[in-house]
Formats: sequence, structure tokens, C-alpha cells
Amino acid sequence: MTRQDGMSTVQDSTTDPKTDAAPAAHGPAVAAVNVGKVFEGQRGARVSALEDINLTVERGEFVSLIGPSGCGKSTLMRLIADLDQPTSGELTVFGKSAHQARLDQDYGIAFQQAGLLPWRTVRQNIELPLQLHKVGKAERAERSSELLNLVGLTDFGDNFPDQLSGGMQQRVAIARALAESPNLLLMDEPFGALDEMTREHMQGELAHICAETGAAVVFVTHSIPEAVFLADRVVVLSPRPGRIRAIVDVKFTGATERTELLRESKAFFSSVSEVREHLHGSADANPLGVDN
Amino acid sequence: MRVETVPRRGEKPRRFGSPRPSRAAAWRKSILGAVGVLLVGGMWELYKFIGPEKGFAIGDLILLPRTNDMSMPHIATMFARLAEPLTGAANSIFMWQAVVDASAFSLYVAAVGWIVGVSVGLLLALVMQRFRTAQSAVLPWIILSQTVPLIAIAPLVRRWGAQIQFGEFVWENWMSVALIASYLAFFPVSIGALQGLNSPDTNHVELFRSFGVGWWKTLFRLRIPASIPYLIPALQLAAANAVIGTIVAEVSIGLKGGIGRMIIEFAGAAGGDPGKPWAPIFGAVAIGLIAAGAVGILALSVRRYRRGETNA
Repeated sequence: MTRQDGMSTVQDSTTDPKTDAAPAAHGPAVAAVNVGKVFEGQRGARVSALEDINLTVERGEFVSLIGPSGCGKSTLMRLIADLDQPTSGELTVFGKSAHQARLDQDYGIAFQQAGLLPWRTVRQNIELPLQLHKVGKAERAERSSELLNLVGLTDFGDNFPDQLSGGMQQRVAIARALAESPNLLLMDEPFGALDEMTREHMQGELAHICAETGAAVVFVTHSIPEAVFLADRVVVLSPRPGRIRAIVDVKFTGATERTELLRESKAFFSSVSEVREHLHGSADANPLGVDN
Repeated sequence: MRVETVPRRGEKPRRFGSPRPSRAAAWRKSILGAVGVLLVGGMWELYKFIGPEKGFAIGDLILLPRTNDMSMPHIATMFARLAEPLTGAANSIFMWQAVVDASAFSLYVAAVGWIVGVSVGLLLALVMQRFRTAQSAVLPWIILSQTVPLIAIAPLVRRWGAQIQFGEFVWENWMSVALIASYLAFFPVSIGALQGLNSPDTNHVELFRSFGVGWWKTLFRLRIPASIPYLIPALQLAAANAVIGTIVAEVSIGLKGGIGRMIIEFAGAAGGDPGKPWAPIFGAVAIGLIAAGAVGILALSVRRYRRGETNA
């Protein structure tokens, strides 16, 4: 594997003090080469969740992962986040190991459940990663004010999570993921628990936020319109074991701004159909399974 | 778990849910509590009034207790006795003073036992949370420990204690009592704290992992705050256990000066002085209330950790 020439030098630089705008090391945001994941079950049962994943996510690129339940799309995201480790192949994040990238806080993460700490105010929840990494109080306050503004919750900073609606909680979770200005945002069905109207609204906001921050995004979803609306590329995974079945380029000519108008456009519909064909296309499709 | 939401300074109007307990509700609660106490007193007096003077028994089986003034003194008699002198001697202190002194002593011993028990319980919970093997090894012993009758260990503790002596330090009987109180107090704390420390969802634990922080930071920022709703009832149970442990251990060890000993001593005097045995019982009730109340006040300081889970 000659792919990662810059790797040794990159890993030497990990002692650099972490700064807000840390220019992450060389290399694309995510590079997966022949990545596979096998879960060891009880009594020696082996479940292959992912096989031969080759995927590169460029800096600033928005990639959606879509596939039937249990296809391993969440697993792939968890591998990138170093919450699980691949059993084969090689996975690098900004040219470093996923483990190092996690320790360097190169990514921010948001799950399907907002996962806010109920005893902390909205502002304190957003500041949590900063506080854990010993960022000063004044700097924290400044950053959380910025983020509250970004996600449109300026008036709610002193409220507690149980006083917010589901959509607002999810926005707080996104603000928390953005707190350390990561160059990569990992999102596992963050809008999965929201109603359709809130969901579309949040998609619009996320597109706006991503345009503003310039972070790369890996976005796991099982909604085709959501994947198409948000992403530059949609990665379609096959049922278990998850393999990349197709990668659909979503290019909306002249429409860099993702607005509600886009949803009505012809280009949008044709991309949706294309993804759908790949998703349902092959005969070996087995859409039933356990969601990861 | 009851969720307490209390207005904070500078709070914005609430947009969603979370009813605030109103002042009226608080009043209703205290009034209902008082009514409950009065009801018990009323039933005592009612039975004393309508029940048979000599009780009712079939053979040796007593079905209805006697209601004469010796067996069931009027509630007024019990309280009046508190205001009378302890003994017939001219320079005797009042009964209530004796009860307060004994209660204060027992409360002190129970508090020491509570602190020791809570510390040990928390420590065990932390070790069990940190090391899965420790949990498998220690948890059965913790549960077994509570099956040993108190009466059995009290003399043992006393005998071992008598052999302890470092320089100036001499093991005293009250320490044995406190130790036994702690033996009862540590149990709910270790179990409750372990449950609380393990209560955060995978979701939260993985979030902290994604932040790249270790066990200690996760402990202080996530596990301990999340354990508070489990810990408060455990601490309250521990307080009640410490009081019971103290009173029982005073009796079985034979420690003088506490309320347990006083209950035994005065019980013998019931014949000629029916109000007397009730005085130390009131004292024991007061200790229990004070202990539970103290933990309640402690709980007020951490109430923000008892907020409801997010309704995502």
C-alpha cells in the first residue's frame, strides 16, 4: 500500500497543541481502503457487517451513506469515529489513524438521540467538549454564543434540555458537535426521530451550517430525499454484508445553495430516482434486517 | 423517580412542559401529612374508648389488646410525662431533657456510622464500576453481608474492638455501635451508587469516548452527575438504616447513654408509670426524622441533577 506517503510525517505532528482552527494533517477527510468489519458473535458465530469498503471523502465534501436497515452504514460511521475498529483494511482520517483522529478531536459527532446531559443548560451542553478539553471560560462563552446564534437558539441558552422540543434538542446536539470547529462532522440519522416538517426544516439549516463551516460531513440516513438534498455524493450500500453498491454524484447545476426550491427541481427528482434504483435494483436485495 | 423542578434566578419563561410545583401543592402536602399523624392518634384514642377494658382473648391468643391506662395510656399522658421530672428525686432533670440528651448521643453515633458507611459504599461502587471482575467478585459478598443477623455480629465487633489499641487511641464501645450502624448503612449506598454510575446510556458513554476523554473525566462529568437520582434515595435508606443499627446495637452491645438503652430501661418501668416508655420512643422517632430530613436538605443542593431525562 503506497497510498499514504505522508503518513509517517503526519503522525509525528500529533504532539502539536490542539487549537481551534487546527489545520488537520494532509490527506482527505476520510480514506477507507478495503475496510471490512466482522462481529464475533456468541459460540463463534461471525457476522460480517462490512466488506471491501473503498471510499474517500474529500475535505469539505458532504457524503451521505444510505442503505437498507442492517447494511452496516452506522457501523461504517462508527469505524470512522473509532467507536469500533475495522477487522480488515485500512482506514485513515485526515491521513492519521482513526484512533489518533479521535484523540485529536478532528471530528464532531451527532447521533439519532440528541444525547444532551439533562442537568446542563443548553449553553453548558454546547460547551461540554470545550470544558473537557480545558478551554478557558471566556473563550467557551464566546464560542457557545456563536454556536447558539448559528443554530438559532440564542434565546434558549439558559434553558434545560427538557424544556426544548425534539428539533431544538437536535440543534443543540449539532452545535455541540461543531463546538471545536472540527473539519469532519459525523452524523448518524440525526433527524431520524423528528417529524417530517421539522426534519425538512433541519435539513435546510444543516445545509446552511455546513456551507458556513466548510466541514466535511459523513451523514448516515435511510431517507433517500434527505440523502440527495444534503449530499454532494450519495453512497448506496447493499444489504448485509454491507458493500458499496454505487456512488451517486449529486450535482445541481447553478444551485450551490440548498433551498426549499431545490426539492421541487427536476435535477433533484432525477437524483432521487437514481439512488432509488440503486437501492432497490438488484435481485439479491434483502431489505429486512437488524438496524445497527 | 420524582422530578423536582424549581425556578432559578433569571429564568426565561418556560416554553415547553415541566410543570412547576405550586405553593398550594406544597401546602396540601404538609396538611395531608399532618392529617395522617392526627389520624393515627385519633384511632389510638378511639380504640381505647370503645375497646374492652381487659382486652379479648381466646385461650392464650390475644385478639384485642387491653385498653386500660396501664397498657394504652392516653396520648396526652405520654406527652405530659415528657414535661415531668425524670425521677422522683428533688434535683431531677426533666424527662424531655433526658430524652434529648440520649437522642443527641445516638444521633451522633448514627451520623458517624452513616458517614463511614456512605464512604465505604461509594468506594465499593466506584471499584465495581471500574473493574467488571471486581463487580463479579464483590457484589455477592455485599448482598451476603446483609443476611448476617445484627445480633450475631454485635458481640463479635465488641470483642474485636476491645483488643484494638494504638498508643493513645483506645477503641470505645460507641465506636463498635457506629461500626455496626455503618455495616447497615453501606449496603443501599453501594447498590444504589453502582446502579447510578452505570445508568448513563451507551449514547452518552460513546459521546464521551468520542471526545477522547478517559475514565476519570467521564466519571466526574457524566457518571457521578447521572448517579444522583439513584444516590439520594440510597443515602436516605442509609440514614434510616444507620439509626436502626445504632439503636439495636446499643442494646446488644450494652452501650449506655443512648436512646436504645433508654428504651429497654424504661420499658421495665411501664407498670407504675405508663407514659414513661413512650418518651424514648418519641426520641427515636425524632432521630429518624432528623436523619431523613438532613439527607433531604442535602438533596436540595443537587436538585439540578434530578431533572427529567430529555424528551427527544
